Order: sequence, then structure tokens, then C-alpha cells
Amino acid sequence: MSGIDFSVVWQAAPYLWAGLTFTLSLTVAAFLIGISVGTLLAIAQHLQVPVLAPLARIYVAVMRSIPLIMVLFWFFFLMPVVVGYVTGSPRPVPVGAHATAYITFGLFEAAYYCEIIRAGLRAVPRGQYEACRAMSMSPFLTYRLVILPQVLRAVGPIVLNQTIVLFQDTSLVYVLSLTDLLGAAAKMAQINGRLVEMYLAAALIYLVISTLASQIVTMLKRRSWR
Amino acid sequence: MFDLLFERAPDGRLYGEWLLSGLFWTLALAGLGWAIAFVVGVAVGVARTRAGGAAAVAARLYVELFRNIPLLVQLFLWYFVLPELLPAAAGTWLKQMPPPWGAFLPALLCLGFYTAARVAEQVRAGIEALPRGQGEAAAALGLSRATVFRRILLPQALRMIVPTLTSEVMNIYKNTSVALTIGVIELTAQARQISETTFQTFAAFGWATVIYLALALVAYQAMELVDRRLQIPGLQPARPAKLRARSLFARARSWFARARFVGAGERS
Repeated sequence: MSGIDFSVVWQAAPYLWAGLTFTLSLTVAAFLIGISVGTLLAIAQHLQVPVLAPLARIYVAVMRSIPLIMVLFWFFFLMPVVVGYVTGSPRPVPVGAHATAYITFGLFEAAYYCEIIRAGLRAVPRGQYEACRAMSMSPFLTYRLVILPQVLRAVGPIVLNQTIVLFQDTSLVYVLSLTDLLGAAAKMAQINGRLVEMYLAAALIYLVISTLASQIVTMLKRRSWR
Repeated sequence: MFDLLFERAPDGRLYGEWLLSGLFWTLALAGLGWAIAFVVGVAVGVARTRAGGAAAVAARLYVELFRNIPLLVQLFLWYFVLPELLPAAAGTWLKQMPPPWGAFLPALLCLGFYTAARVAEQVRAGIEALPRGQGEAAAALGLSRATVFRRILLPQALRMIVPTLTSEVMNIYKNTSVALTIGVIELTAQARQISETTFQTFAAFGWATVIYLALALVAYQAMELVDRRLQIPGLQPARPAKLRARSLFARARSWFARARFVGAGERS
């Protein structure tokens, strides 16, 4: 084989950096959407809200049983139709690939965060709910002031680990031809023909970030979260 | 939506057959990939439990490496990069394999070794959960190190971790869809092909989704069965009896009763 020359990676660095920025912003946005929607889904199931709780359960089960790529295709196809329907436009409204990616990852991860938080909610002793009710706190206040702060702190490390998985999963936006870190590496590889160097560089960047992040999570876990 | 299955595709087959062939490749990837993952995962997991030594370090590195690089990137490494790094003859052989094997083999190896890292962590956790005395007692009886693992530790550890392995089984069949990026026409890729030829996107994706849901159900039930068969009597806590499913109406009534109760408390 021809010699490996990593100088091409330096030449592509600005482009890769732009890709990495998108990867990170997608991770952060999907985390924020996912944790908020996931918490709501978990609480709906925990309170056994009629109609909403079974719907939440079905949503989570379906999202967790089909591949993320399938979900990406679904949302890419459905979002314009849904937006068109909501805004009352007669034709499907084109939705940008970036917006689709943010929403898809957010709603997909919500199912996974929901399961984590639900497990946390079940771990809170019953007495706490009863004590809150005895203090005549509304359900909203009970969750906001008493239950959720404990749950989020207890499941924090698991949530963060799931977020590292999410960071790695964002590479699947490749199928939407978006330019995330992997997309940037793939496009550069096509231009300069240096597949080996570009893909190895991308793998190394993912490896370093994920490893560092999981080390930090392990450290946080040791520093007793509770 | 049903019509789509029995419509004839340009190649003379039915679209239903397209989906079935996609399902076949998905199952082939998942099944064979799981076989690799299990064998490699057990070996790496055992190596992980040994204190110190080159094997333990290598196993640790393996797990870290395969868990911290995204699956899709790993797939590209297997497909695009590996043939370039191998000796010229082997690389050319890999690249010139006739389709679909040229894409199937890298996808299979990728899925197998990726999942193996996850299985290894479960195996390690299972072995470490066993009382230390077990291994020590076996060693005191004069069993060799290999026999201790093969006869004493692994049979117990593997049976204990069946429930956690379920989620890995569920992951591997979902992860097969990543193979479409290098041209394996598995289920998701078939659904996309059908949607592109017929423009019946909803029906095409709908059928693929239904099949995936069915697969999830089958995989879950199969693992439940395995778990029940392999459960070590007396070691695992009995399963709690399943709560009787309450009707939606009963549930709604009790929820409103509770909500009213909280509300009443608030006013006072």
C-alpha cells in the first residue's frame, strides 16, 4: 500500500473542526430535548395519568425497538407532512435536515432517558410522596422540589453515560448526508482520496472525547453523587 | 398498506419478497454477529477478571477501544481502512469479494467485535458478582485455572447475566441497520429502496417498522425463555407475581381520586 501521510488530516482540520462543532451542538441539543421530554414521559407514567401514561409507554417501547436509522428516515419523511398539517398548508412544508436531526435525536433519546428516570422514580421511598401530600404540596411542587432533585442526582451517572452513547450515535446523521465529524471526514476522504488517514483521524477524535468523558463520569460517581 | 406487499417490483419479484430478503440479511447479521460476540465476549470478559498481567491489560484496552468509537466509524474502519492496512494480497482479496459478501463480511465482523466488548463487560460483572470463595475452593481442590473458569465460575456467571444479555441481543439486531451505509441491503435499506421505487414511503417504512417490532418481541420472549430455563434454582430471587392489569377505566378513576385528594389538601 502507499505510505500513510497524516499531514492531509492537518490540511482538513478546519473542516473537521466545523464537523465536530455540529456533532457537539447536536449532542447538547438532543440531550436538552431528550431529558426534558423524557422526564415528562416518565412522570406521566409514574402518575399513571389516564390516556397519556399508556401512550408514553407505547412511545418508549416502539422507539426502543426500532433502529435509530429507521427513526431518522421516518422523521425525515414525516416532519414536512406534520409541519404542513399543523400550519394548515396544503403541501408538505420542507424542513431543513439540521432541524430534523435535532428533533429526531431529541425525541429518540427521550425514550432512553425516560426509562432511566422511571427507574429512579421507583427508587424514591413511598413515604416521601406521602409526606409531601401531608404538607399539602401540589403534585407539581412535589416533583419539582422533592422528588426530581433526588432522582436526577441519583441517576446522574447513568444519564451521563447515556449521553456519551448519544454523542457516538450522532454519527448516524451520516445517512442524512449532514456534515458532522464523521460526515466531514467522509467528504474530505472523497475529495483527497485519503480514506485511511481521514477515517483513522475521525475514530481517534471520537475515541479521545468518549474516553475522557467516561473517565469524568467515573470520577463524579466516586465523589458520591448523593 | 397491504397492497404494497403484493405489488410487483421492476425485477419481477413482489415487494413483500424484497422485505423478506431484507429480513433475511438482518437476521443473518444479527445471528452470526451474536455468535462472534458471545465467544469473543466471554474470552475477553474472563481475561478482564484476572488481576494484572498482559491479558488483563489487553482485554481492558479492547473494551475501551470498542466501546468508545461509534459503531458507524468502526464499520468504515473495517470496510475502507482495514483492506489498505493488510498485506496487499489479503487487502485485494477482501476488496474483490463478490457482492454481497464484500460488504457483508466487514459488517458481520464489525457488529460481532463491537458487541463482544459489551458482552465482555457483562461477563466480567457476572464473574465478579460470584463469591470469591468459589474460585478459591475450586483452586484448593486442585482444579487448574482453566477448569475453574470452565466448570465453576462461567456456568454460574453466564446463567446469572442472561437478563442483562437480553438488552445486548436487542441492540445487535437494531445495530444491523448500520450496515446499509456500506451497501448491505438489509431490512431498513430494503424499506428505503421500496419507498424510492414506489413512492409509498409510509407503507414501506411502516412494514419495516412492524417487522422490527415483531423481532423485538421475539427476541425478548426468546431471552425470557432462556432465562427461565437456565435460572439457577434457589440462587435467584423468585420473580414477583405479575400485577394484574387494571382496566383503563379503573386506572383513570383511581388517578382522579388521588388528584382530587391532593387538590383538597392544597385548599385547606
